[in-house]
Amino acid sequence: MSSVLVPEIPAPGFSFDLCQRNNFLVKKGFQAPKAVKTGTTIAGVVYKDGVVLGGDTRSTENTIVADKNCSKIHYLTENIYCCGAGTAADTEMTTMISSQLELHHLNTNRIVPVCTANAMIKQLLFRYQGNIGAALILGGVDLDGPHLYCIYPHGSSDRHLYTSMGTGSLAAMAVFESRWKPDMTEEEAKELVADAIRAGVFNDLASGSNVDLCVIRKGSVDYLRPYDIANVKGQRNISYRYKRGTTAVLNKIVHPIIIEGETVRRLETEPMDTSS
Amino acid sequence: MALLSENLRRSLPDYKTQATKMKSFSPYADNGGSVIALAGDDFCVIAADTRLSTGFSIYTREQQKLFPLSSKTILGCSGCWCDTLTLTRLLIARMQMYEHEHQKEMPTLAVAQMLSTMLYYKRFFPYYVSNILGGLDEDGKGCVYSYDPIGHCEVTKYRAGGSAGALLQPLLDNQIGYKNQEGVEPVPLTQEKAVAIIKDVFTSAAERDIYTGDSINIKIITKDGVQDSTFELRKD
Amino acid sequence: MNLYLCYTVKKELESILAYNGGAIIAMKGKNCVAIAADRRFGIQAQTITCNFQKIFEMGSHLYLSLPGLATDTQTVMEKLRFRLNLYELKENRKIHPKTFASMVSNLLYERRFGPYFVEPIIAGLCPVTYEPFICNMDLIGCISPSNDFVVGGTCSEQLYGMCESLYEPDMEPDDLFETISQALVNACDRDAISGWGAVVHVIEKDKVTVRTIKTRMD
Repeated sequence: MSSVLVPEIPAPGFSFDLCQRNNFLVKKGFQAPKAVKTGTTIAGVVYKDGVVLGGDTRSTENTIVADKNCSKIHYLTENIYCCGAGTAADTEMTTMISSQLELHHLNTNRIVPVCTANAMIKQLLFRYQGNIGAALILGGVDLDGPHLYCIYPHGSSDRHLYTSMGTGSLAAMAVFESRWKPDMTEEEAKELVADAIRAGVFNDLASGSNVDLCVIRKGSVDYLRPYDIANVKGQRNISYRYKRGTTAVLNKIVHPIIIEGETVRRLETEPMDTSS
Repeated sequence: MALLSENLRRSLPDYKTQATKMKSFSPYADNGGSVIALAGDDFCVIAADTRLSTGFSIYTREQQKLFPLSSKTILGCSGCWCDTLTLTRLLIARMQMYEHEHQKEMPTLAVAQMLSTMLYYKRFFPYYVSNILGGLDEDGKGCVYSYDPIGHCEVTKYRAGGSAGALLQPLLDNQIGYKNQEGVEPVPLTQEKAVAIIKDVFTSAAERDIYTGDSINIKIITKDGVQDSTFELRKD
Repeated sequence: MNLYLCYTVKKELESILAYNGGAIIAMKGKNCVAIAADRRFGIQAQTITCNFQKIFEMGSHLYLSLPGLATDTQTVMEKLRFRLNLYELKENRKIHPKTFASMVSNLLYERRFGPYFVEPIIAGLCPVTYEPFICNMDLIGCISPSNDFVVGGTCSEQLYGMCESLYEPDMEPDDLFETISQALVNACDRDAISGWGAVVHVIEKDKVTVRTIKTRMD
């Protein structure tokens, strides 16, 4: 029962109403367009008293760079962050699970365990059977100490002391395999992750630009963006600023935006009612 | 009940998932790379980046893609590198034969025509190469010839080709061809401006095209010979 | 033997996003933003009209463009206008471009497995501080905000090449107009299915200037 005044609330979740049309178009021989991928290098290590996560900042659309400074380390809770590789929109939306983790935090009134976040994400991904293309590295510190998980698009996950993912994962893993050791200091761990990401940035074409790091310790987090500007844009030799009037204008319409009046009503803030 | 189950099946269309399929073998590879050539009144500048890559990995950061064919002609190639090597080897051999036969160096126009013929000879299994030929013609004027993989040849004053060709070409139209500009007097291209523009457009292309980067190699052809220089680009 | 003696390349049809063609670009200036589009509407290589609207005013300082399949462009625009009106009725205030971007992203990601074939571009000023904001998205709603420029449509490669060379930060509205127009027009000239006229909107705090510019008509 819907009307203009009371529109029907649409069902939550994904909508599949365009699938049939799109499938028909593909059958007619049109190529289905590709979504932006974060052809990525992401990595993480566990050190003496925390976790260091790292990522590059390039996202690509086929062979063209779509974003030169995107953020791939996502916030989940105060003590958990998550790096994402794969389809850009999927990694962005999957990490929206942070709202549920916050509710969990408020319900239980304790620090969210990292394994809870891991379980929730892998259940979500498994439900979609790999169709949500998000490959994640989950890192955080809870009551049991630091944890690092690697979650695959199909919903499997492993626990590691150091791991990497994305198209540059081999380059990053090469650095880890040669230089990782147990109980590193924070500085050592940061440099190691940054070097792993740099290996991806320079040797993998789908990764590039800067290095972002996120250091999670017990009780505090450093989100370093950028940690290292690995590549800067070259300087131009000539200025290409045009003289005004270079472009031929056929007609010009100016729409003024006039603010006719402005009233400001101050509101006294009331303290929140916490009696009940 | 039977009706219900039939309806159920009808309401669930089968969607094909985009599963990975095995690709048939392709005899071609795309090794990326971009080439630019600009012609002036008494010179020709040709430049190419030096990154050789495949898929998402880099083979080398210092591959010369400019082939000096004679003292007045340079060929820039990008695309399938193995085809480039074969094509240039044959080209150089045939130019040598010409030289022995006619006791003179092959002029740029003749090289351009021969390249076109050689490409068309392989019409049904073409060399997958984007060629740009720069040089001086018999009057000492700069000239640029650009090709498609099966030998269509076009004479221009400026041309960009290769993986970042689409990124480079519009700026050349605008800055060297003076397209779409009102009240701007075209001035003859100088060597300094040509080199500066080449560096700028490559810097821009390296930002957005993943197959263009590392550095560029610039060759300026004048009647006195070929001047060589390099310029660094971003390495990621 | 001689398997590839006669190797022919199967002609692939273009992507659905390139069915109608089009080029969109948005740029940030000093306290202003500009958004520009071509005016061609065609079906593959056949041009139908050259006065097609591709930039939609969604608020006094908020503009939206949806390059891609034209039928989806219009559908998505109507759906967004509906959601936007509901938002403004409910909240009784103007929407921030960033909030609007999230609204678009939400609409697109809902159809993750059967997407609309549009790649939206949003340009606007914050309704309170008049700070410029631009962003673009892929067809399933991954937002990428930008500090300089965003492009979309069938000649995005050409547009990227132009913008990377031409763009300078903190341009005045008139300079911004020249730069964005030159970038658009020269890029369109190297794309067969974009062009046929162009329209440029420059959005400032107190006015919006709409210019139609002269281009090649072929």
